[in-house]
Amino acid sequence: MAQNTTVPTAGHDEHHHENTVVFGFWVYLMTDCIIFGSLFATFAVLRNQFNGGPTPHELFEFGGLGLETALLLLSSITYGFGMIAAHKSEISKVILWLAVTFLLGLGFVGLEVREFAHMIAEGAGPDRSAFLSAFFTLVSTHGLHVTCGLIWIVTLIVQLMGTTEIPERMMNKLTCLSLFWHFLDIVWICVFTYVYLASMI
Amino acid sequence: MLGRLSLSAIPLDVPILVGTFIGVLIVGVAVLGLITYYGKWGYLWKEWFTSVDHKRLAVMYIVLALVALARGFADAIMMRTQLALAYAGNPGYLPPHHYDQIFSAHGTIMIFFLAMAFMTGLFNFIVPLQIGARDVAYPFLNNLSFWMTAVAFMLVNISLFIGEFSQCGWLAYPPLSEMQFSPGVGVDYYIWAIQISGVGTLLTGVNFFVTIVKMRAPGMTWLKMPVFTWTAFCSSILIMATFPVLTVAVALLGLDRYFGMHFFTNDGGGNQMLYLNLIWAWGHPEVYILVLPAFGVFSEVVPAFSGKPLFGYKTMVYATCSIMVLSFLVWVHHFFTMGAGPDVNAFFGIATMIISIPTGVKLFNWLFTMYKGRIQYHACMYWAVGFMVVFTIGGMTGVMMAIPGSDFVLHNSLFLIAHFHNVIIGGVYFGYVCGMNFWAPKVLGFKMNEAWGIRAFWFWLVGFFFAFMPLYVLGFEGMTRRMNHYDNPAWHPWMLIAEVGAVLILFGVVCQLMQIYVSIRDCNKPENRDVTGDPWNGRTLEWSTSSPPPVYNFAIVPHVSSLDAYTHDKENGIDTRQAGGKYEAIHMPKNTASGIACGAFALIFGFAAVWYIWWLAAIGLVGVIGTVIARSANKDIDYYIPAEEVARIENEHTRKLMAQAAE
Repeated sequence: MAQNTTVPTAGHDEHHHENTVVFGFWVYLMTDCIIFGSLFATFAVLRNQFNGGPTPHELFEFGGLGLETALLLLSSITYGFGMIAAHKSEISKVILWLAVTFLLGLGFVGLEVREFAHMIAEGAGPDRSAFLSAFFTLVSTHGLHVTCGLIWIVTLIVQLMGTTEIPERMMNKLTCLSLFWHFLDIVWICVFTYVYLASMI
Repeated sequence: MLGRLSLSAIPLDVPILVGTFIGVLIVGVAVLGLITYYGKWGYLWKEWFTSVDHKRLAVMYIVLALVALARGFADAIMMRTQLALAYAGNPGYLPPHHYDQIFSAHGTIMIFFLAMAFMTGLFNFIVPLQIGARDVAYPFLNNLSFWMTAVAFMLVNISLFIGEFSQCGWLAYPPLSEMQFSPGVGVDYYIWAIQISGVGTLLTGVNFFVTIVKMRAPGMTWLKMPVFTWTAFCSSILIMATFPVLTVAVALLGLDRYFGMHFFTNDGGGNQMLYLNLIWAWGHPEVYILVLPAFGVFSEVVPAFSGKPLFGYKTMVYATCSIMVLSFLVWVHHFFTMGAGPDVNAFFGIATMIISIPTGVKLFNWLFTMYKGRIQYHACMYWAVGFMVVFTIGGMTGVMMAIPGSDFVLHNSLFLIAHFHNVIIGGVYFGYVCGMNFWAPKVLGFKMNEAWGIRAFWFWLVGFFFAFMPLYVLGFEGMTRRMNHYDNPAWHPWMLIAEVGAVLILFGVVCQLMQIYVSIRDCNKPENRDVTGDPWNGRTLEWSTSSPPPVYNFAIVPHVSSLDAYTHDKENGIDTRQAGGKYEAIHMPKNTASGIACGAFALIFGFAAVWYIWWLAAIGLVGVIGTVIARSANKDIDYYIPAEEVARIENEHTRKLMAQAAE
């Protein structure tokens, strides 16, 4: 970048600076993990408070859920391909894989919104019972994170367009988003097992 | 269009508020007018509001904290006056609706905006200098954190004049804080103020954690790190581990209120004790977040004014870390009466008592540091020794309340109020003021006036005992907290004594303001100027640079070979600054308006969300996200200070040092 080339000799401490970005973002993700942990704990406390309303057996359908899960897990793999391309500085491929990841993520969010709309239409909205409040809050917090990830992907695609190289700052951004995206996968696996599977057994 | 907001939301029928509003208006117009008259807006914008320099942000945090002190203390003395009057049929001058807002605002402001802001100010100033770094890990996020905290405080103050504040106490326990019982906007103001300032605090925690892990000067291994930095480190970990829980607890309360959910409601299967568990899983570690840095301050001040190294450095570090861990294991002691059963209560009672052991270790370390030391009774030492006395009493009443059986009798009584003011004033506040007196010359380049500092100390100390010892007695006599008026004649004399205490503390606050005024007035007197950068014969790296430090802190990053790095260098004739060495261009972050823009949009969002003005809330939210994205696309974020400029600044300081030495 232009301003870096003007003083080529004094670069050593900004390296030090840049490396902290990914580490710091990882630390931040751990605090996010605590947010999810608190929501899981809340769900654990309230999971049987149906208030005479619908129970998981009446609400959850595994068909759509399986598809959602498949889309999200697949999107982690495609993001991985994007990172491989980024390390090789193949920008057009990076953009392609990010776009694929975006579509898969969008599909996930779309299915989730459809599931929610369906539940609310049936009278099983978040205000029906404490169980449903906890369910909607935990699952949609995850969905909201995925949505933020989608905005982030678009932002990076736009920033990558028309560039010919991937500078360190951009690589850091891609790496942070990668951490974020895989983290959301892990959280989803916990949601899937603890919220859906465990409620059905 | 304007949601719930209408002209009737402005409390024109409450004379106290109208009077306050007129007062704030006059002072506000005067301040803004003076800034305009002297043409300082550009200066403030360029040098302060958009600054990413941790030293500038530190000053702004501490100014914010002092404003919060003024507001929070005004609330306190109003409550004491109400209770001195409202006895035996006299309703006092504050109706319950207003009184309840005052005690809620008092607690919220004192913890989130006085204590947290003051602490973050001290972190900002001291930590990078103590570890020999040029800035924090994320300078822009640091600026953003400040503005998030500042606008949250503005939101609390807006509630004074538009609408109302929460009447549910500083932690807004449900079901009282639910829509069913608090349909007004008060709790919503509380919720958004906490959430917005919470973003700032969480980012501060991450920022300082990474700064301390990654940016220590070469040679500064963990056990060569100054104790204040250790306490900042442990506090940052506690912030990262617990503030997300607060965010969740308050968010769930918000979901109950905004979307009719049933987390904590009486109906629908809600569970109020869930809220209590969540909020105290944050709330107890929070008091250690606040007090550990105060311990850190004393661990720097006591050695400096005793002319000795800190006694038992390693035990101090271990004690800090064990307090950090234990603080997670005690939250149930805030509600022993929940009915968790004797086993659970016993566990949490014992865990609470165990915390007094590492705390005791610290106290003895400070005492042994003073033992056979060459003690100078500077104003800082008054605060430090006063702390040891006051905090020990507060700690012991805490252990009394940790016994579940006695807590069943004492909980929610004024005994509890006396206890936590005993530790928070005596520990946290005394500590931060001590730190302010200690590091002021480093921050400002001149020493603070000592005479006024000592006067402030005596008023605070004596005032504290008058104001809070009666509350212990009242607690034993059965007076509960948050009472608006009472009929028991036995309580009245004690309440009068407490009022005297509050007035004494008022004198203390006035003395502190005088101290600041006199210090600034006399800042150019030669005996007040800090030319050397080392006015107290300090032991750690921050004293090795000039006062105030240059924007880059250290022209040449110091090398650390032992604990108390600067003392080691002084004793061995090493020049820590390496003056006249080979200077290189220094890479620095550029100032940015993104932080203040995010803050402004967050304020718009918070205000609109309180009043259900959804279109405005959408603008605020999109504004915050848009600003962050724009910032991410901005490539013009750093610059270099040329080597010649560094050399010029350093040589100038060296010349001043020589001149001083020649005298």
